[in-house]
Amino acid sequence: MKLAPGHSTVEINGIEIEIDCRGSGKPLLFLHPEIGFDRAEPALELLSRSAQVIAPTHPGYGKAKLPPGFNTIDDIAYLYLDLLEALDLRDAAVVGAGIGGWIATAIAVKTTAHFRKMVLVDAFGIKIGDRETRDIFDMYFVTEADLAKVIYCDQQFAERDVSKLPEETLYALARAREATSLYGWRPYMHDPKLKGRLHRIRIPSLVLWGAEDRIVSPDYGRAYCAALANAHFATIERAGHFPHVERPEEFARAVLGFIEEKERSAP
Amino acid sequence: MKVFHFTEQPYSPAWKDHGGALRITIPNKRLDPKLAGDLLHRYYDEWQLADELGFNIMVNEHHSTATCMASTVVVTLSILARITKRARLLVLGYPLAHRPDPLRAAEELSTIDVVSRGRLEMGFVKGVPSEFSPSNANPVGVEERFWEAHDFIIKAMTSHDGPFNWESENFHYRQVNIWPRPYQQPHPPVWSTTGSKHNAVRLGQKGYTMATLGTGYATRALYDTYRAAYRETHRRSPPPDRFAYLGLMAVGETEAEARRRGELVADYLRTLPFTPAPFRNPPGFISVDANVQLMKAAGRPPARSFTKDGRAINMMTGSVQDLIDAGIMFCGTPDQVYDQIVDFCGHCGGMGNLLSMSHAGFMSHEDTVENLTLFSKEVLPRLEAFRQPDEAAAAAE
Repeated sequence: MKLAPGHSTVEINGIEIEIDCRGSGKPLLFLHPEIGFDRAEPALELLSRSAQVIAPTHPGYGKAKLPPGFNTIDDIAYLYLDLLEALDLRDAAVVGAGIGGWIATAIAVKTTAHFRKMVLVDAFGIKIGDRETRDIFDMYFVTEADLAKVIYCDQQFAERDVSKLPEETLYALARAREATSLYGWRPYMHDPKLKGRLHRIRIPSLVLWGAEDRIVSPDYGRAYCAALANAHFATIERAGHFPHVERPEEFARAVLGFIEEKERSAP
Repeated sequence: MKVFHFTEQPYSPAWKDHGGALRITIPNKRLDPKLAGDLLHRYYDEWQLADELGFNIMVNEHHSTATCMASTVVVTLSILARITKRARLLVLGYPLAHRPDPLRAAEELSTIDVVSRGRLEMGFVKGVPSEFSPSNANPVGVEERFWEAHDFIIKAMTSHDGPFNWESENFHYRQVNIWPRPYQQPHPPVWSTTGSKHNAVRLGQKGYTMATLGTGYATRALYDTYRAAYRETHRRSPPPDRFAYLGLMAVGETEAEARRRGELVADYLRTLPFTPAPFRNPPGFISVDANVQLMKAAGRPPARSFTKDGRAINMMTGSVQDLIDAGIMFCGTPDQVYDQIVDFCGHCGGMGNLLSMSHAGFMSHEDTVENLTLFSKEVLPRLEAFRQPDEAAAAAE
């Protein structure tokens, strides 16, 4: 299967997947975060100057129908493995943000046959603290407007009048909120089994974090990093939970710097 | 018409100085267990009185809230099954989508039906939006889970030849064989609530009793949707006993006394805003399209309560007169209340079950006893004798 540049829909096992493909160079699989895929995101354009960015919209997000029976991150991981095989993708860099980072690790613990490097950006997916410690901010404990204030470091990103957004954007937002809950309501935004399997991911990995992330703290990122076999940790200053949105240039520089770097020796 | 006495068993002492949250986040140190015990005993006394006065009884449950101390209907029903003699015991409802174990629900409800010697009216509801955080049940997929739990419970109650198997996305059981089985055959009557036409169609197809609350003079459209779906499936019109309406009730010897009681009962509605905003609309509870409309309207849900002449009423802030005009409260002297109910019933094209919230908030025991007693003497006999609007006329309207 060959991807056309731009926005297209492919079918894998009878399941429709929306895919955005842009740029040229080595393939970079971008797995979007829990707010959904925004093709206007400047970070994507910056990445595509040095890589072929392949960005699927996760099932339940965007416009495509939710496939029957889908309700776990593993469902997405197995679907994307089929997609990667269909695209015959080798030596790709995988970059996953938020829930997309969780999907990236859920794929990589199964096999890294398609990946040469992995970047996790403020990723969900693991439980690090004790049973009474909330590792991940309860996104349903605040209103949507207040959640935006927690998500972003620079508050101008949080200030938008949702009621004035185009209907298409509202639809995407509503679907994103529902899909995130479908996959992450309970256990809350993590898979209790995942942490114990992360050591299987031996490809060089960068765990990249917004220094001011209040949804999943940099300490959570450090614990994530420590559980991987071959990873290092870095932060982006003055960024919250979505550094690719708030600091697209620093984000793109960090990601491209890492994936273009020759072999980094294991820590 | 059947009438059911309902109270939410509130812990009203916490209704002052709550800082905006009566639900979900209000610390339970605000509850004095001794006072709670006194209140609960009082509510059971009042239900017992209602039983003696000829009322049926309705109970419900809510979670993490000072507005309702019943955190499981099973406790309330179990006690009432034993201490009442005659009343039908309506649970409205058992929140299936919040509960992980429909087998337990089937066992509990069957046992209650047996102890009450067949007096259970089995209302199933999904559960209110704000309680998905305390229950931690996923609000996405609630409808599918609700109906599957329902299917399972009915199958468990009606299977009498030994164990059966059930393995699905939501529930896993291998040897289902409930003891005791229900007293009523094939199973206790099923009820549910709705505020949407989508649900009304499904309930009409099933032929279950459909209850609405706060829908006032917008009720007719929901009933007619049910009627059409019922007729299509069952090839006849639904009897009036398939419809139920929850109204607030305040009767007095004089209109002034009734209005005073009306203010007390209206406090139930006035606590509705004190659900912290983040919990009111959990993801997936309403459809994507409904969420889009909500975002366009900057979070303000569309009006759902209307007076007879189409005026929208906010039932959380409306006056007692507004609530009367909207058919949300029945309030006045016995004659006035009877007329209001009959008028409302006419609007509905027939309605066989009045769910009467005859106690709420700070209403005292004395006021509650008087409210129940006066209603039972002056209104109830007339409602029991009341001839429902002619079905053909109701259908044609």
